[in-house]
Amino acid sequence: MILVYINSTNGISKASFEAVTYAKKLGDVIALSNGSLSSDDLAHIGSYGASKVLVDRGVSGDDQQQVTRMIAEVASSNGVNTVVFSHDLHGKSIAPMLSVSMKAGLVQGAISLPDAEGCIDVNVFSGKAIGKVKVNSSSKIISLLPNSLPPEETGTACAVEEVATQAGNALIKVLSTKKPEGEIPLPEAELVVSAGRGLKGPENWGMVEDLAQILGAATACSRPVADIGWRPHHEHVGQTGVAIRPNLYIAIGISGAIQHLAGVNGSKVIVVVNTDPEAPFFKAADYGVVGDAFEVVPRLNEALKKFKAS
Amino acid sequence: MKILVCISKAPDTTSKIAFTDGNSKFDENGVQFVVNPYDEWYALVRALEIKESTGGHVTIINVGQGSDDAIIRKALAIGADEAVRIDAEAKDAYYVAMQIAAYAKDNAYDLVLTGKETINYNGSQVGGMIAEGLSIPFVSLGSKLEISGTTLTVEREIVGGVQVIEVEAPAVISCAKGMAEQRIPNMRGIMAARTKPLNVIPAVDIADLTSFVSYEMPGEKSAVKIIDPENMDELVALLHSEAKVI
Repeated sequence: MILVYINSTNGISKASFEAVTYAKKLGDVIALSNGSLSSDDLAHIGSYGASKVLVDRGVSGDDQQQVTRMIAEVASSNGVNTVVFSHDLHGKSIAPMLSVSMKAGLVQGAISLPDAEGCIDVNVFSGKAIGKVKVNSSSKIISLLPNSLPPEETGTACAVEEVATQAGNALIKVLSTKKPEGEIPLPEAELVVSAGRGLKGPENWGMVEDLAQILGAATACSRPVADIGWRPHHEHVGQTGVAIRPNLYIAIGISGAIQHLAGVNGSKVIVVVNTDPEAPFFKAADYGVVGDAFEVVPRLNEALKKFKAS
Repeated sequence: MKILVCISKAPDTTSKIAFTDGNSKFDENGVQFVVNPYDEWYALVRALEIKESTGGHVTIINVGQGSDDAIIRKALAIGADEAVRIDAEAKDAYYVAMQIAAYAKDNAYDLVLTGKETINYNGSQVGGMIAEGLSIPFVSLGSKLEISGTTLTVEREIVGGVQVIEVEAPAVISCAKGMAEQRIPNMRGIMAARTKPLNVIPAVDIADLTSFVSYEMPGEKSAVKIIDPENMDELVALLHSEAKVI
């Protein structure tokens, strides 16, 4: 039996449906969640292949160790040999604890199904290579990198069953939670528009924000731009900032230093706009525009508006 | 406060990534190794700041072989008081974490700090595993840490936001950007590091749970398609019909 853990704190993400789709390809699937999301919403997980959804309403999710104990108990009482997570910040933290608790080998950031030998691909060296991981224990934990396979909605809603596990008390006390209003959180964004020093000053970001708005994209920036305070630090993508893998990454006036590429080279499609045809970023790009951002971006915005209107 | 900082050896960001032995092993030939940046810049430096403001003792721990001593000395040069190397090949994250947990169990630390991940395996595994191995709380992706008595106040990154939480020591915290700023060791630190204790201790018997069977390089990216800067309609059309991302 395969168990998929669903983080439903902010509703159910596309990445969670991907994890259920992935699990369904490995065997029979049940899902487990916690918190207060309505049973009607949870039942929707059935459409992607889960036969039932268990939910422990008494576990908030703030203490990831408590979530770990909840999963371990449900896994043990349901004959589960494989637990699948979505590799978001929540799953990424819980999976290692569960690995110790279940003595189950963990594949962190899986990007493929197991091959004939049972090996699973993961990105290593910040995306510069792929490693094939073999799990040596009988139980397995797989944390699936978002955007690795499309979710397949094939079935119908399933039953939702409330459970009360002995997960114990939360040892972590939440004092405050800040969620940026209206903005699209960068690590989860499917479309990202990013700019660098080529923009010459923070006052020139208007056209970049317009582009992001037209596309429904999140905004990002290079490290130097965050360091000199043109843009907030949470927008910094790269080796020491946030690593992202959106469907589309548009880089404007960023040369493409190796540290920057390490944070974005998992993007499906990369568009680079730069005045310098020798900018290293063009080697990593799918589409390149050699030109002045101050002319190209407004033109791109107009073209996109026309496209969206048609 | 007694603080244990876990450090890992990682190839410098600009290293050429290649594999040997039928693509089963990372080719260390000519590779410059550094202290994993997240371990050094964020975990170690924050530990030193805590020691400087409230007193305490900072121990570095590493699981590795003699070739790791160079990066351990560097961590000592930045300011740690002593180092422990568990003498073993770092087989997988579980193996490493259980070695560290076994050592920490016998030496009662108030705080265990790790980097959020290494830049070679990017696993984000060791911190959570140590916490579970020691049955103490784990806080991931800490970007700020303040201490008052035995209460730790941590700002951490969560899905779609930032949260401030409180937890009682002992705990394990994985450290990310914001926690501290990089420190360059000075000559005095480098000299002092030579005589600071580096205790090499034997590994305990633990079976690994996973292994890397082989590696491959990602497929060559097809050449970039250059679009006329005058013709953004073409770019939009390609993103829609060819790349299918808008």
